[in-house]
Amino acid sequence: MKSEIRTITEKDIWSENPVIRQILGICSALAVTNLMSNTLVMGVGVTFVTALSSMTVSILRHIIPIRIRMMVQTLIIAFYVIVVDIILKATMPEVSKTLGPYVGLIITNCIIMGRCEAYGQSNPPGLAFFDGMMSGLGYTLVLMLISFIRELMGFGTLFGISVLGEWWIKWTIMVMPASAFFVLAIIIWVVQGQQSKQSV
Amino acid sequence: MDINPIVIFFASISTSNIVLTNFLGMCSYLSISRDLKASWGLGQAVIFVMTTTTMLNFLVYKYILVPAGLEYLRYIVFIIIVAAFVQLIEMILERYMTNLYYALGIFLPLITVNCAILGVALFMVIREYTFLQSLAYGAGGGIGWALAIVALAGIREKVDETKIPKGLQGAGFALIVTGIMAMAFIGLSGIANIQ
Repeated sequence: MKSEIRTITEKDIWSENPVIRQILGICSALAVTNLMSNTLVMGVGVTFVTALSSMTVSILRHIIPIRIRMMVQTLIIAFYVIVVDIILKATMPEVSKTLGPYVGLIITNCIIMGRCEAYGQSNPPGLAFFDGMMSGLGYTLVLMLISFIRELMGFGTLFGISVLGEWWIKWTIMVMPASAFFVLAIIIWVVQGQQSKQSV
Repeated sequence: MDINPIVIFFASISTSNIVLTNFLGMCSYLSISRDLKASWGLGQAVIFVMTTTTMLNFLVYKYILVPAGLEYLRYIVFIIIVAAFVQLIEMILERYMTNLYYALGIFLPLITVNCAILGVALFMVIREYTFLQSLAYGAGGGIGWALAIVALAGIREKVDETKIPKGLQGAGFALIVTGIMAMAFIGLSGIANIQ
């Protein structure tokens, strides 16, 4: 049990990280990373949905007929996404507005479906919950890294607090969509370059 | 929001391209673009499905969900409409247009999980488009997506023969090319802008 938890943690956060290793869930990884506070909210939302829907799929895994499981999984995920959306609208209307459609697009985030299918479908609820949480965490960490770079260079701030001061000339490109592609590409490059060095 | 539908159409192809500025449909965009022919097949399927489902979603949202006060159900409803519609199209094509069915073949089911389709429907709701505006946005969005994936596939095919750093092969390289494409498309922003 304990070793299981350890392997899950290591796999989901590093060796099989959903974003940089499996290139899943890229849409939102790129779209919400211009400000760190937005990214954090998005990360928490995705983690919440992944953990709970993976657990729900795991609880229901003996009841759901195999043929229609995709449809059922989508509905379960959509249910939790609606919960997240409503909570966000009620508590943080500003953030909810800037995130716009990307909260709803958590439904089509391949990470969640992937975890339900690959892990929740064949493991007990407790572990499925933990696995979902760790995958969400792995996703959040990569996103935070991207948004750290983008916000720091684009606005000179972190979480909206000025860090670099007046002398910093803001990089307009870091605010534009194009930079998200570059930053993510460089992160993937560094990580995969590291890996290929080890395997030689 | 009273923007001319024609403006929306051209803006969603160029300056507000859904891949390059809104990052939608990235998963299939990155994985399918290895092959030029497949990219074009998927692009066609996306144009068709996006145009039609955006219309359908608009009608259902405006005339069923809003009067019933069930706007919060839109995620589920949109997903189901897209999935059901794709299934239906598949059956019709198989029966009456066998050639097209084999050409689009595997790409149709893939579209259900393409977040660009859902994304366009959600943008349409948020920006409060009218019917004609939604139609223009759906068609333009589909064409823009197809344009981006075909362009990327063409570039990747050429670059396959050159040497690129090992860690950058695959996704990393595709992302950098996409970034440069995104910057190039910003150059068109004098034509039309909807954001």
